[in-house]
Order: sequence, then C-alpha cells, then structure tokens
Amino acid sequence: MIPAALAATLVAALVLAPLGAVILRAGGVSALTPSDLDALIFTLWQAALSAGLSCALAIPLARALHRRRFPGRGAFIALLGAPFLLPTIVAVMGLLAILGRRGVVNGLLAGLGLPEFSLYGAQGVVVAHIFLNLPLAARMLLQGWQAIPAERLRLALALGLPPAAQARHLERPMLRAVLPGAFLAIFLVCVSSFAVALTLGGGPRASTIEVAIYQAFRFDADLGRAATLSLVQIALALAALGAAARLTLPSSFGAGLDRAAPAALAPDRWHRIKDGATLTLAAAFLLAPLLAIALRGITEIPALPASVWRAAANSLMLALGATVLTLTLALPLSLAAPRARWAEPVAMLPMTASALVLGTGLFLIVRPWLAPTSLALPVTLLVNATLTLPFALRLLLPEVRSLQADYDRLAASLGLSGLARLRLLTLPRLARPLGFSAGIAAAFSMGDLGAITLFSDGRSQTLPLALYSLMGSYRMEAAAGAACLLMALTFGLYALFDRIGAHADPR
Amino acid sequence: MLTLDRLRITQDDFALEADFSIAPGARVAVLGPSGAGKSTLLTTIAGFLAPSAGRVLWAGTDITGTAPGMRPLSILFQDQNLFPHLTVSQNIGLGISPRPRLSTGDSRRIEAALERVGLAGLGARKPVALSGGEQGRVALARCLLRAKPLLLLDEPFAALGPALKAEMLALVAEIAREQGTTVLMVSHDPTDATALCPETVLVAEGTAYPPRPTAALLANPPPALAAYLGP
Repeated sequence: MIPAALAATLVAALVLAPLGAVILRAGGVSALTPSDLDALIFTLWQAALSAGLSCALAIPLARALHRRRFPGRGAFIALLGAPFLLPTIVAVMGLLAILGRRGVVNGLLAGLGLPEFSLYGAQGVVVAHIFLNLPLAARMLLQGWQAIPAERLRLALALGLPPAAQARHLERPMLRAVLPGAFLAIFLVCVSSFAVALTLGGGPRASTIEVAIYQAFRFDADLGRAATLSLVQIALALAALGAAARLTLPSSFGAGLDRAAPAALAPDRWHRIKDGATLTLAAAFLLAPLLAIALRGITEIPALPASVWRAAANSLMLALGATVLTLTLALPLSLAAPRARWAEPVAMLPMTASALVLGTGLFLIVRPWLAPTSLALPVTLLVNATLTLPFALRLLLPEVRSLQADYDRLAASLGLSGLARLRLLTLPRLARPLGFSAGIAAAFSMGDLGAITLFSDGRSQTLPLALYSLMGSYRMEAAAGAACLLMALTFGLYALFDRIGAHADPR
Repeated sequence: MLTLDRLRITQDDFALEADFSIAPGARVAVLGPSGAGKSTLLTTIAGFLAPSAGRVLWAGTDITGTAPGMRPLSILFQDQNLFPHLTVSQNIGLGISPRPRLSTGDSRRIEAALERVGLAGLGARKPVALSGGEQGRVALARCLLRAKPLLLLDEPFAALGPALKAEMLALVAEIAREQGTTVLMVSHDPTDATALCPETVLVAEGTAYPPRPTAALLANPPPALAAYLGP
C-alpha cells in the first residue's frame, strides 16, 4: 500500500494539472460561438428536466416498492442497480431498440394511427437520462423509506392513520430530506452527460457542453475553444457541487434494503392497483431495453469482426488496470480520512472535472512531447480511475469509520500495526466495500466512452468506441452483438469483483 | 510497581487527579460513582489518553509516552475485546505475535491457554459462536499468552449474569495469583471488589485516592463513597 500523502499528491496532480493546462490554454484564445451558448442552455435545462422527472417518477415507484411484498421484489431492487453500471452507449442501443424508429412502441403508435415518437433530439436525451437515473433516485428514496424508524411506522399503524395522514407524517418529511440530494446528484450526472448527447442529441440545440468540447476538438481542431468550454463545464460542476454541499448528500447506493415494514401499512383497493401498475410499467421501462439488447445481440456475437474482439481485449485490460489504480488510491485515502482533514476533499476533487475536461487537459499536456494518439489507452485508464475515486471513497469511508471506532483500541492495545494490521484487520473487515468498489471501477471503465474519443485515431479502440463507430456506419447487427458483449463483460466484471469481496469477507 | 506521579487528566470541563503507587502483584478495585472517571483513569494508564500533566511509571520507567501496545500491560474493555472475523485461535495468537503463520510451538501454547480457561478444543470457532462468558474466557486466554505484568479490567464482564461474573472474576484471581500479575479492575459493585480485590482505589469528586484495604474502606466509607453506596 502506498502512503496516503503520496496517493493524495497523485490525485491532486491528475486533476489539477489538466485543469491548469486548460486554464493556461484558455486564456482568452477563442471566444465562444453562439452555438456554444445554445449548448450551455441545453445542458442546463435538460439536466434540470431529467433530474426533476427522474425524481418525480421515482416517488410512486419507491413508495410501491416499500409497501408491497411480492415474489421477485429482491430481484427488482437489484435490477434498479443495473442502469447505474450499464455502459451509456449500450443503454442508448437498448432504448433505440424499443423506442427507435423501428421499435416496438412506434409500431404500436402507427397501429393506432398516432404520430411517430423520435428518440433523436432533446426528448431522446431526456428519456435516456431518465432511464439511467430513475433507478438511482428510486433507490435513494427507498433507503429514505427504510430509514424511517420502525417505531414510527408502528405508531402510525396503532393510530390507524389513513393514507393521506401517513403521507403527511411519514412520507413528506422523508421526501423533504432525501429529494434535494437526489435531484442534485442526478443533475450533476446529467450536466456532464456526453455519450447520450453525442448519440441521441445533435445540432446545437441538443448538444451538451461535453459534446461541444468534443466537437471543437475533433471537427474544428480549435483547442482554445475546447479549453474555454472546459472552463464552463468546470464552473457548472462547481456550482452544482456547491449547491450539493449545502445539503448533506445521501449516499447514492448501498446495501441494506430489506427491513420488513408492517404489512398492514399498505392501503388496499385502488392503491393496490396503482402500485401494481407503477411496478409493472417501471419494470417494463427498465427491462425491455436490456432484454432487447440481449436477445438481438447474442446471436450476433460469434460473427463479430476481429477488430471488435481486439477492442474488447483492450477494454478488459483497461478495466483491470483502472480498478487496480482506483483501489490503490482509494484505500490509503479512506484509511487516512477519519484523521487527516485533507484526505477526503482530495479524493472528492475529481468531482469537479469531467472525462472530456480531463481528456482535453491531458491532451494539451502531452502534445508538445508525444503524439497523443499513442497514449489513447493509458490516458483513458488514468481518467477512468481518477473519476471513479470519489465513488470508491464514498463506499469505503463509512466502513473505515466503523472499523476504526470498533477496533482501533483493541488493535493498539495488542500492538497490531503496519502490514500485520492490514492483513489481519483492515483487508478482511473491508473486503465487501473493496469488492464493491472494484466492481464499480471495473464496470465504469469497461463502459466508458469519454476521454478515449479525444485521443483515439481509430486504431487503438475500446469496445464502447468500436460500438459507437459500428452505430455510426449503420452496421446495426454487428452493433447489437457488440452491445450485448459489452453488457455481458461489464456486468460480469462487476459481479466477479463483488463476489470476490463477499467471498473474502470472513464474517 | 505502577506509579501515577502527580497525574492530571482533563477533558473539556472534566478533570481527574491521581498521585499514588500500586505494589507489584496487588489486586486493586477502582470503585466510584459513574461518570467519576474510573474508565478514564484506566484508559490513561493503558495509553489511549494522554494526561495533561504528570507521569505514568512502571517499575521506575516512565511509560507516559509509550504506545499502548508497547506498554507492559493488557487491557480488557467493556466490549470489542475480540476480532469477530478471526477464529478463537487467531484471536489468542495475537497475544503471541501478529505473524501470519504461527509455529507448532505457538499452536501448542494457544491450545494450552484455551485449556487453562476451560475452552479446550474450541480454537477453530468464531467468537460469534461463543456465549458471552466464553468470549470473556478467550480474551483472558490472550492475556495469559501476552503475559504482561499488569492487567487492566474495564468491566469486561459487566454484561454477564451475577453467577457467571463471579466465576470469571475467580478465574482472573487465580490466573493473577499464578503469574504474579498486578490487577486493576473497574467496578460498580462493592461485592466484586470484596471478592477479588484486597485493596480499593476510590474515584470521586475529581480525585483518584490512594489504594486502601477494601474491607476497611467499605466498613467506614468516606462521604462521597457513602453517598454512592447508599444506606
């Protein structure tokens, strides 16, 4: 294990050096174009709308999940974790299969003589963002429900409160506490949306700042404008983070999803029908795209061209490397965080940057010395590991705190320190969150379509990038196969690391 | 000999002073109302709290700045005395060394210690599979192997029933007598003190008083102790 100070220095360098390069380069080089301003406006309103709709739709879903018991409920809650890990480009492919021009929904609409729904443009971006973030919001609200003390529910039951009174005394205070954090977390994700806006958006009126950076970079070769846009992106992230810091952000995911609520709290009659309809619709909305990818793609996998397999091998190496780097940075920082004030802020520093901003900065740094295209994969690895670090820290920190609260004195009284402490105490007690963090790091890196788009010359490809170019050349069979492979590898890596962690947990 | 040399412990508006010595091999109860600072005193002797003034000495050597694990003492807390993810043997083995593989000689010593506390053959279990009394015995077995000359007990048996607690205290007394261990034991209960400890340190009103014979102290309690004991 490397010392926390070294880890902190590395993280600070990985974030601040690219930001510094961007700032130096942006020094009044090129002004923004009117279309950049359009992109800024679109970024803000689509993020607000996506976050608002995700939260609003999550309320009935979380309520239904909380008060109903049915076979497969556990699987449903697990399914809510899937879009969080799913590569965005695969999510887009799945949504196109259902809501696209030749999808099931448009078939139905045509049969009813209704106008066609287009997934391309602003509405498509928002729908994709809801698909990716509604489950996150629902899980946060479900945790809010479960955090209501059982005594409170028992009291409501004992008093025979009708649904309206339950809502007033139980649900509304919980929503007031949880919703602002959920909204801001999703807003932050959507503000730095790249892959969704790149594939479904288009034109200045449906482009995010991240896409504008990419276009300034790739098509206009205007590094100055890319740098200026990066500054705008940083300002947006800082503003959203500043707002979030005023609230205590609830952790966006986590274990512990099954404390039985008193069953009689669930109201009957039409409430039951409403809950059933909500759950069915949500399951269909979340499952259909995943199933479409799996069914359409699985038969195409054997016929995938060799270049896709090479890209898959690259992606696997990249994911493993990024996982190792993430944990190497996250473990010492989280162990230091309860005592050293600087450790947590440093580990959260990557939240201020986005994939394209870091990519632009690193491009500016390496360009005078090396051909950036030769560094496509290493740079992607660094960016992925850096951007995953805050998630890993959030997962590890609560466990580290309870580890230290429970066993620090005992370990000290036995003189347990250094490697022996790491091996006998730290690693066994942290096995679960370490495995979970590793799974998330691997899945994020596997599915990432961000910095690589700036650096790749088409030769050193990752699987998401290969999938994107297959979609761009309308080779939809091969794209479905690649999407299915990517989904399988992403979920497989996540499940593997999560299982290793659970298996290594001696409890 | 344990010497508290003009020791002063302060935490916010709480302060405790102690200035006395405890003879080698003595068994001393630390008695007093809750909140008086009994645990604080033991925690300071064990090295988890730094005193604001004064020194802690063992056999004439200043150990005030020594790390907890390097002090010539073992301490048992109210809870969390065992690592729940390690087996009983591994937990006891930490009393010998934190090496990954213990030698056959070590394993034999662990087995002997388990036998001594009446838990022969339970080495492969996890603490969660043991009762509260058995967990206390495992912690005692580890103290046996650490073989430190001073044993601090911060009410490790408080959660046990009266009969079980008396049994554990008797085991402590037996082991302490065999090994010549000095014992300092926090207690709420004057009967525990009478049973195990010939001497008692009274902690009340910001002072830990020098040890006095337990029987005499309880027979003729000073006002602070009388108020605590009740009529």
